[in-house]
Amino acid sequence: MDLTLHVWRQETSSASGSFQTYKAAGVSDSMSFLDMLDLVNERITRDGGDPIAFEHDCREGICGSCGMVINGIAHGPHKMTTACQLHMRSFSDGDEIWIEPWRAKAFPVLKDLVVERAAFDRIIQAGGYISVRTGSAPDANAIAVPKPDADLAFDAAACIGCGACVAACPNASAMLFTAAKAAHLSYVPQGQTERLGRAAAMVMTHDEEGFGNCTNHGACQEVCPKGISVNYISRLNRDLLKATLTGISVG
Amino acid sequence: MRQALTLYRSSVGKKALMAVSGILLAGFVLAHMLGNLKMFQGPEAMDGYAVFLKELGYPVLPEYGVLWIARIALLAAVGIHALAAFQLWQKSRAARGAAYRKEDSQVFSYASRTMRWGGVIILLFVVYHILHFTTGTVHSDFEYASVYRNVVIGFQSVPVSLFYLVAVGALALHLYHGLWSVFSTLGVQNPKVTRIRRPLAAGLSILLFVGYAAVPVGVMAGILTLP
Ligand code: HEM
Ligand code: SF4
Ligand code: FES
Repeated sequence: MDLTLHVWRQETSSASGSFQTYKAAGVSDSMSFLDMLDLVNERITRDGGDPIAFEHDCREGICGSCGMVINGIAHGPHKMTTACQLHMRSFSDGDEIWIEPWRAKAFPVLKDLVVERAAFDRIIQAGGYISVRTGSAPDANAIAVPKPDADLAFDAAACIGCGACVAACPNASAMLFTAAKAAHLSYVPQGQTERLGRAAAMVMTHDEEGFGNCTNHGACQEVCPKGISVNYISRLNRDLLKATLTGISVG
Repeated sequence: MRQALTLYRSSVGKKALMAVSGILLAGFVLAHMLGNLKMFQGPEAMDGYAVFLKELGYPVLPEYGVLWIARIALLAAVGIHALAAFQLWQKSRAARGAAYRKEDSQVFSYASRTMRWGGVIILLFVVYHILHFTTGTVHSDFEYASVYRNVVIGFQSVPVSLFYLVAVGALALHLYHGLWSVFSTLGVQNPKVTRIRRPLAAGLSILLFVGYAAVPVGVMAGILTLP
């Protein structure tokens, strides 16, 4: 199939960008979206141009690096799928596709479709860990975890930190990410000791990084490639309110 | 007080204060709607109800005592609610930065997208409403303490009635999302409760709309007339 792409091109974070139009000819159904971009880039390179920069690593939906907004939807039209796992059979011959980077002040564009997601790392550093002595691995079955809690913790732990939730949110809020990174610890016994302080520290860092405020639209859950539920946000809110009302330091 | 200030510092805390003030306001609009329906009982009932409110708490409190306590509490709730809404709005707008060229917003409900402008409309309406039926400043023929009469004459103007209908529509829409949203904001997790939050919010907003619309529609339809 032949497609027309409108791609956001931006030299550096301080440069002002614009959309450039490219033809993608001879695209096959079984290519992934990134394969299709590779194809376009080969032609751009052959013609002596600067290839479209986009981030990618695993290309199997687990590293979280490949995010881009495709026709107005973070990671494109296919539900619970990262851009790298999106296949071209989701499009048809003659389609026009708009491709944009994540848009959030906390995610500055580095080049073209690549954004800096270090703000996520700082949210995790603020509290998304448990304090334990490292050393030899403890016995896996020493602490019993009820099955429903283990499942909920695992579902939250599926978050790959891609940032689609921020990209889709009309408030550019990162509450779904923050909530997932708090919940995979707050459902298990090891995460209880620091639970309330963690919620407070992570939310305060979230705010300081310049993410917006959640208004419970649910756009994040809709685009999340890992199907993280907005219920985790409610849980994080509860922990934060508890922390505040019991006087636990909010930083 | 210190805890309230700490709470106000985080985005989640501001939102929780919005939720609590929102619930208080929602309780008020429900009671107010039920009170309005006294119109259908006739002039004596309606005017008597107004006197009852004025004398509530008397002689323990002075006349108008409870009324003024309620007015101050409501004013404070509106103030906190609107201030937090405004500050969070600013923050969220700054957080997006550059806008998308193409946005597929099909996943948001109309109600959730109109919370902010809808809230502004409600606020402007409340100011107008007080000038209309409480102080009489913008009423064409206002007579102090003749509540039934003032309401009927007020709604005999079709543009005024239509404006009231639009405003209570905006209120219903606001609460359709708001009363659903409060459960997340306040971290309610119990599945027995969260299962009913959509029907609860939808039911209450429809009830409020119908209850509030009944009076202007009743006047325009000629069911409520001057004695
Ligand atoms: C009678 C008046 C009002 C009532 C009963 C009311 C009620 C509520 C409720 C219950 C919420 C839910 C809080 C939450 O999300 O947890 C809410 C949210 C909100 N209200 Fe109001 N409100 C009123 C007036 C206003 C006004 C005057 C404004 C604007 C200045 C406003 C703006 C908002 C905004 C922006 C939200 C957050 C929306 C969201 O969660 O998506 N409201 N309101
Ligand atoms: S919550 Fe979902 S959308 Fe957000 S960063 Fe994690 S995986 Fe990506
Ligand atoms: S490249 Fe790793 S998730 Fe897409």
